[in-house]
Amino acid sequence: MSDHPDLLKLFFGRLTWDALPLHVPIVMVTFAVVMIGALAVLGAITYFRLWGYLWREWFTSIDHKKIGIMYMVLGLVMLLRGFADAVMMRAQQAISFGHSTGYLPPEHYDQIFTAHGVIMIFFVAMPLVTGIMNFVVPLQIGARDVAFPFLNNFSFWMTTAGAMLVMASLFIGEFARTGWLAYPPLSGIGMSPDVGVDYYIWALQVAGVGTLLSGVNLLATIVKMRAPGMRMMQMPVFTWTALCTNVLIVAAFPVLTAVLALLAMDRYVGTHFFTTDLGGDAMMYVNLIWIWGHPEVYILILPAFGIFSEVVSTFSRKRLFGYASMVYATVVITVLSYLVWLHHFFTMGSGASVNSFFGITTMIISIPTGAKIFNWLFTMYRGRIVFEVPMLWTMGFMITFVIGGMTGVMLAVPPADFSLHNSLFLIAHFHNVIIGGVLFGLFAGINFWFPKAFGFRLDPFWGKCSFWFWQIGFWFAFAPLYVLGLMGVTRRLSHFDDPSLQIWFVIAAFGAFLIALGILCMLIQFAVSFRRREQLRDHTGDPWNGRTLEWSTSSPPPAYNFAFTPIVHDNDAWWQMKQRNYRRPLDGYRAIHMPKNTGAGIILAGISAALGFALIWQMWIPAAVSFVALLVVAIGHTFNYQRDYYIPADEVARVETARTELLANHV
Amino acid sequence: MSIKALRGLLLPAVLLLAGCNTVLMSPSGDVALQQRDLIVTSLLLMLLIIVPVIALTLFFAWRYRASSQRKDYAPEWDHSTVLELLIWSAPLLIIIALGALTWVSTHKLDPYNKLERISAGRQVPADAKPLVIDVVALDWKWLFIYPEQGIATVNEVAAPVDRPIQFRITASNVMNSFFIPALAGQIYAMPGMETQLQAVINKPGQFQGFSANYSGGGFSGMRFTFHGMSEGEFEQWVGQAKASSDALNRDAYLQLAPPSDHQKEHPGDPEPVRRYATVAPGLYDAILNNCVQDPSTCMRGMGHMAAPAAAAPAAGDSHGDGGMADMPGMPAGHSM
Repeated sequence: MSDHPDLLKLFFGRLTWDALPLHVPIVMVTFAVVMIGALAVLGAITYFRLWGYLWREWFTSIDHKKIGIMYMVLGLVMLLRGFADAVMMRAQQAISFGHSTGYLPPEHYDQIFTAHGVIMIFFVAMPLVTGIMNFVVPLQIGARDVAFPFLNNFSFWMTTAGAMLVMASLFIGEFARTGWLAYPPLSGIGMSPDVGVDYYIWALQVAGVGTLLSGVNLLATIVKMRAPGMRMMQMPVFTWTALCTNVLIVAAFPVLTAVLALLAMDRYVGTHFFTTDLGGDAMMYVNLIWIWGHPEVYILILPAFGIFSEVVSTFSRKRLFGYASMVYATVVITVLSYLVWLHHFFTMGSGASVNSFFGITTMIISIPTGAKIFNWLFTMYRGRIVFEVPMLWTMGFMITFVIGGMTGVMLAVPPADFSLHNSLFLIAHFHNVIIGGVLFGLFAGINFWFPKAFGFRLDPFWGKCSFWFWQIGFWFAFAPLYVLGLMGVTRRLSHFDDPSLQIWFVIAAFGAFLIALGILCMLIQFAVSFRRREQLRDHTGDPWNGRTLEWSTSSPPPAYNFAFTPIVHDNDAWWQMKQRNYRRPLDGYRAIHMPKNTGAGIILAGISAALGFALIWQMWIPAAVSFVALLVVAIGHTFNYQRDYYIPADEVARVETARTELLANHV
Repeated sequence: MSIKALRGLLLPAVLLLAGCNTVLMSPSGDVALQQRDLIVTSLLLMLLIIVPVIALTLFFAWRYRASSQRKDYAPEWDHSTVLELLIWSAPLLIIIALGALTWVSTHKLDPYNKLERISAGRQVPADAKPLVIDVVALDWKWLFIYPEQGIATVNEVAAPVDRPIQFRITASNVMNSFFIPALAGQIYAMPGMETQLQAVINKPGQFQGFSANYSGGGFSGMRFTFHGMSEGEFEQWVGQAKASSDALNRDAYLQLAPPSDHQKEHPGDPEPVRRYATVAPGLYDAILNNCVQDPSTCMRGMGHMAAPAAAAPAAGDSHGDGGMADMPGMPAGHSM
């Protein structure tokens, strides 16, 4: 072998045995635990002979419901990883004072906060949001699937491939030490010559393809596939927020792709887009990444707003107050979200007029957001509020989020931001809106739509435990950070001198512990609910006395969603149908045209992950091979003409008759 | 209720925070003090709407709970023009007030603008010349050059009380943020570019300064001390540097700029203070133009490699009122 060092280099690039962290005990222990866990799961799948089932029914499925569920599983698994990073940071900051340097050296700590941010945004919040939209939107608009079912499967696997690359960086090589947005010059080849930033770039590029395509897909679905009679102003609010979010995705993610491509060129071929010499300008990167980054915030929060709108009207047993103003508020936020990016770097030294402009546009966003809060408030007014778990999360959100919004507006005043920028006050603020807004919304949504997805409700006791631990844990974890911010403590420090700060970090660590209990309760909730599924069974398909079309079909819905495409006359279509004593048609079924499963998505994504890995390690031969393979499989797939099939009318009749009997027996 | 009265109400809370050493709430420089007032005022303005919202949320949740079986249940009620007008106009009014405050304060506290006052009610004398301090963020320590005094220091900076200071700020390599919370808000320190900060310290004392933008492995140790001193003490402090046997010539700078062994071994520890009796002429401009190593590149007018010269005004392009146009520290290459 050593006779051909060049060939070896072309094959393995920078990858050597040194890339394995054999000398770092913490990573090796983590590695061992992860490996044992993975082997246990893989062993169980093999033992119970589930591989065939998983491949046929899930991995190759183009059913939007199953893809939605797979997104949720991905998001929840990655939440555990991202949260483990958070716990490590809290522990380090709670003990690293004075002579103690804690248990993490900076090169390790810096990877952890970078990975925490990247994972939580790209591989927790995004998959959970996309998953819920994927599952709910077609059902809410009375469609049988999304516009491009294969693309949907492919998008999911590309997102997963990106997540796999980030996970691989834990054990093979290292992750970026740059912060979650990888600003140059720090992320340039001079300051970060190793593979960390390359993992960052290629993980996000691969996942970004998935996100963009899923945005296109849902956009087309909402615009083109609504049930007859459903005009735009009759769409459920969640569908409206999904529409706006996907507009944002389609418009914003190409910017991210472009800016990361430029950074990659700086690193790989020696261009100078963001260097400090030869005409480059690092500040251009900062501008571009936030032109994507700020809309990204609204990509995450808008669907959460949609979830709260559905939940609050369902559990107040009332129409949503101010539907039209809710829709306009959503659209206004969508447009304004492109006009505020500079508030992330007032401190760059722009002029007062530029800073004022972006400060004021930022504040203007709080007007439609405030209107939304009031709309939810007046939906509760004169309602009959039932405090099921999704409603609890909504209440928790309304109280937590307004405080996060308030601190956000404080940060939008440029001179105030000069003092608060990059401080722990900022950290507290954005966790306040992302946890208190996005995550609480997702948890409300999970508890709300779980019975639709699986046919049984989630256990409310453990759901309430989880809620209270999260709610109280959140304030224990982040209220101290607000105070520390006012004490002038900046973010991303792995060591402190001033011992008087320590007590606040200890309180914050205690908050993280409470949140850990909240997560644990949620996992117990899933397990307990599964075991008690017969008691929690939803026979009606409408466990909450719902208002929108997804509650008109069975739980879980049949593959074709609706035996007959519903016809919509009003907002809250299902509520109106129930008011008018709607009766399910019991005969006249027809064969239903459906898309067919395909393995092309997972194969393409697998090859993309291999290509990404090869590019990260500069393994040029594998990179070339996988690139060619990618093209061959993609082109080959276009020759697959057997993409659809018909569910025979008999089969539809059988399923629907079974449901008729079930309803007769239980209602 | 006027803002003043509200501020009075909130004062106990502010004092409580001040009690636990919250430097932003009890600063020692006039600029930071005005920024503190802005934080408090904007907080109060928003509490006007946040408190009622939280109270109403809890109140409605309790009052309209299903078990109360109230008779005024209105399942179809979903619109009220009066209420809609109210819920859009209430936040609008607050934002109009806050927006006006933002516009005025952002212009008044523009870090490029010459200071107008030393503290409340004390104008800056017309003939006052600010103390110029050139700040360079190195890996991972701070270099301060005093062009007037001809000295330089590392990780220690001082200024006389009540004398306006003009910081001219750049970085050698990676972006940082120059921040002394007790004195004034922060501003980025960027390689190849110059930002400015005008400030004044009103109380003598030692204050913490640090980088507020993550810049790599030694970031946690990138701290320095800022001293507010009387004129006499400041003269002594300058004399101390002048008595040093070290000179900051180009070679000394090139040795100083990269991470030292001390920092590599103790990453959370600040680099020890250093003092230089003299500074090579034009060193700061050379750092700004990224041409310390090869001075000839400074003189070539940069031509095709106009990056640093072009980049500096790029940050100021958007700077409408010409705060950088009369910038004394314009990169040397630019003037060619």
